[in-house]
Amino acid sequence: MAEAGGDVEPLHRALGLTDEELDRVIDILGREPNHLELAMYAVMWSEHCSYKSSRVHLARLPTEGPGVLVGPGENAGVLDVGDGIAVAIRIESHNHPSAVEPHQGAATGVGGIIRDIFTMGARPLALMDPLFFGPLDQPRQRWLFEGVVGGIAAYGNAVGVPTVGGELTFDPAYSQNPLVNVLCMGALPIARLVLGRASGPGNLVVLLGAPTGRDGIGGVSVLASAGFAGSDGAGPADQAKRPSVQVADPYEEKRLIEACLELLDLGLVVAVQDLGGAGLTCAASETAARGGVGMELDLSAVPRRAAGMASWEVMTSESQERMLAIVAPEHWDALVEVCARWEVRAAVVGRVTEPEPAAGRPVGRLRVREHPGGPVVADVPAASLADGAPRYRRPMAPPADLASRRAAGPEALPPPADCTADLLALAGDAAWVWRQYDHQLFLNTVVGPGGDAALLRLAGPGLPASRRGVALTTDANPRWCAVDPRAGTALLVAEAVANLACVGARAIAVVNCCNFGNPEHPEVMWQLSEAIDGMAEACTALGLPVVGGNVSLYNESGGVDIPPTPVIGGLGVVERLERRPPGTGWAAGSTVVLLHPPGPPDLTLGGSRWAVERRGQRTGTLPALDLAAHRRVASLVAELVGAEVAGGGGLVDAVHDVSAGGLGLALAEMAVAAGVGARLGGLAGHAELFTEAPSRVVVATTRPAELAARAAAAGVGARVLGEAGGDVLVVDDVVEVELAALCAAAAGAIPAALGEAGWGR
Amino acid sequence: MAPRVGVVVFPGTNCEHDVVLALERVGADAELVWHAATRLDHLDAVVVPGGFAHGDYLRPGALARFSPVMGALSRFAAVGGPVVGICNGFQVLTEAGLLPGALQKNRDLRFMCGPVSVTVASSRSVLTRAVPAGTELLLAINNFDGSYVCTPETLAQLRDEDRVVLRYCQNPNGSLDDIAGICNRAGNVVGLMPHPERASSELLGSTDGLVLLRSLVGVGVP
Repeated sequence: MAEAGGDVEPLHRALGLTDEELDRVIDILGREPNHLELAMYAVMWSEHCSYKSSRVHLARLPTEGPGVLVGPGENAGVLDVGDGIAVAIRIESHNHPSAVEPHQGAATGVGGIIRDIFTMGARPLALMDPLFFGPLDQPRQRWLFEGVVGGIAAYGNAVGVPTVGGELTFDPAYSQNPLVNVLCMGALPIARLVLGRASGPGNLVVLLGAPTGRDGIGGVSVLASAGFAGSDGAGPADQAKRPSVQVADPYEEKRLIEACLELLDLGLVVAVQDLGGAGLTCAASETAARGGVGMELDLSAVPRRAAGMASWEVMTSESQERMLAIVAPEHWDALVEVCARWEVRAAVVGRVTEPEPAAGRPVGRLRVREHPGGPVVADVPAASLADGAPRYRRPMAPPADLASRRAAGPEALPPPADCTADLLALAGDAAWVWRQYDHQLFLNTVVGPGGDAALLRLAGPGLPASRRGVALTTDANPRWCAVDPRAGTALLVAEAVANLACVGARAIAVVNCCNFGNPEHPEVMWQLSEAIDGMAEACTALGLPVVGGNVSLYNESGGVDIPPTPVIGGLGVVERLERRPPGTGWAAGSTVVLLHPPGPPDLTLGGSRWAVERRGQRTGTLPALDLAAHRRVASLVAELVGAEVAGGGGLVDAVHDVSAGGLGLALAEMAVAAGVGARLGGLAGHAELFTEAPSRVVVATTRPAELAARAAAAGVGARVLGEAGGDVLVVDDVVEVELAALCAAAAGAIPAALGEAGWGR
Repeated sequence: MAPRVGVVVFPGTNCEHDVVLALERVGADAELVWHAATRLDHLDAVVVPGGFAHGDYLRPGALARFSPVMGALSRFAAVGGPVVGICNGFQVLTEAGLLPGALQKNRDLRFMCGPVSVTVASSRSVLTRAVPAGTELLLAINNFDGSYVCTPETLAQLRDEDRVVLRYCQNPNGSLDDIAGICNRAGNVVGLMPHPERASSELLGSTDGLVLLRSLVGVGVP
């Protein structure tokens, strides 16, 4: 089958399989695969679906902990958060689709992650979107940025899931390969938890939702598992990939959500599984493999929206808004009734079959026919598609100049002549983005986008009553991770925990989205391995299970890889949510206190926004992270703010963690949020203003002595910086800026880059 | 007995649960009403909530006006039944001809979500009859097509008949005459773009929406 005439590329290679992988398929089948089977293996063994380059590394992550009901490997991680409620969470990338078709690429990314959540029986309740673009002074970046934000807004708003936060990074390193990640959180009564497992031979295999078309064929293999060729990411070869991007229909998905949750509530389905990457091939083989059963499919029963589709197209189409349901025959009529009410199409496309005797243990086979009683056109062990991909231990190597790069730290740079100018240049808020997102639906959003973390009531249609809250954050920092992927990723985990603490939440789990370059480059594999080690160290020390993840490789263009960009999604819980947390804005008259690890300040500037963005220096080392000290700081803050949201406390007027941009930017953001300036001092010059050393949280209080005592008891340093008040922000003799100028710099950054006047004008 | 308020659900509606929650907070007995329903006469009031009825295909409200419930809603309104359309519900009511004018795309051609301050411009609607004119309320907007437009004659009529119910303090979207909400001549059918239910608890940062909903549920069918 894989014959090639003359200079024609062999089919398996055109589909994205290597010669060795073809040999492995032949081994499994004991014969040459036909075209359809080859297409099925190509999509399932793609990097995107199989994690073949990353699995050996991901195995090092801690995945267990109290409350974990479902860990990695299912559609989403699920945690018991109390009161009979479980939370499902997952994060994914939709990078390459968004690079060639920003609106649809981002929209379908949102649709896909939402399906992963309600597949588990959870009602999707919140989205977050970490986004990475090149600088907005390039017209193509403005097109990508506006398209992606518009796509997320169009889909998320219409499908009825609020977008409550995210991350926004502009860096020339993403000009050729933007990143669009999306996290979704849902909640369910624990009793409704379902796993995407087929069971019960004789049960019906049912397709729900949109008809199948030619859109998105090869999305996982052609698009997601290969780099871009063009030096600008928009060469003709890359533009030709646009048909591999799917088309989004949030209205179809909204009805699908309601129908599926109703089917699950009524107990009319054994399992549901979304059709995403690799389409029907993936959904059928994964549900069969997880359940240890086989499956027979009849392609003539698959509803289609394009005429003349070949079988391999039907099996690998990535048409959106489709779900696979496993249904006992006696429930079919009731299912049809529910689906008719929600105007959701339902078609029986196959049956679950008994696993068949084989050498070793019984094997569930996936058999495909083109019409009932017709010849079998594909016949493969289901598990060989789902789990049989090779696992590569690809060569790894640190960059050759690592030692010299680490030796050249930005600490040696001369201090700025004008610190205020540097600070103003770092200011910028993302309100232009999140005002386009419905971030309030379900009346859960107590703290929305723009805060350290989102804080939501733990509530939603169909959930038992609860006074708890859940907190969400996404954290990324490619500057840190470019300097040191291991330490940088550990810092991200720490950052997530600190962000959650600032809204009063205790971190209980993380998910990750690993965005990296070409895994065939040894330096990229080294980055990935280092990042996973850093994540594992921090998660282990902070007691956080990693309950899910996504790996996006081949983020390269013209042979140039993106910087290592792991994204951490953090989930926290507030035991009692009665009152809004203090927020970042301080009140005039409050004492401004810096909580920090004991000891003198760490003045390392490597990886800081000041060094990278203001001085163009991406070398050096990162500030040290003492995980035990970090845990003490974060626990103290979570306790103090937790008391506030529970309705007591009174010690914290405002709180904000120190992160990208350093203490200087944290203080500026607090002043902007409050509309109140401050007179502060005692900092060690520009280095303490701009270092991004971890485990530091600014707290404003009217009871500084009491706060200091609490800090001392917790083994945390507390240093009074000064007092809030007035309309100028003054820090020693290095910063002096009118509040109005600061506010204008922050609010105007994005609108100015887009040539707009801003919200409401 | 608590007033019974129906909350209409079209496929694509998404604010129905939020509205039920807020109505319950002001003592109403709220129930969801599927768009295929043809009878509403057991209800004391009806809310058409926000969302994307029928996917907003064609344009917001254009398909929803053909849903079976709309005939029943027209009859309910014709006999004085209180009807409130919030956001997409407002768009549906204008498309159905229960309110004049139309909602067009926001001036910036973008979706807008966030807090918005409005002033009660008239107390003669079922939604504002317990609120003195001039009262400032902090609510929330969440729409793409929220800019009210109508003919000069209609605008003159709305003003003359005191039918502009809410005005934006700072016009966010180019809405004609800063209009955020209007009512019919009898005052029993109201449409507004801001969401009162999103300002229904201290946890959300405002309870001003409850003032409006209390007005609504305090009024039964005569």
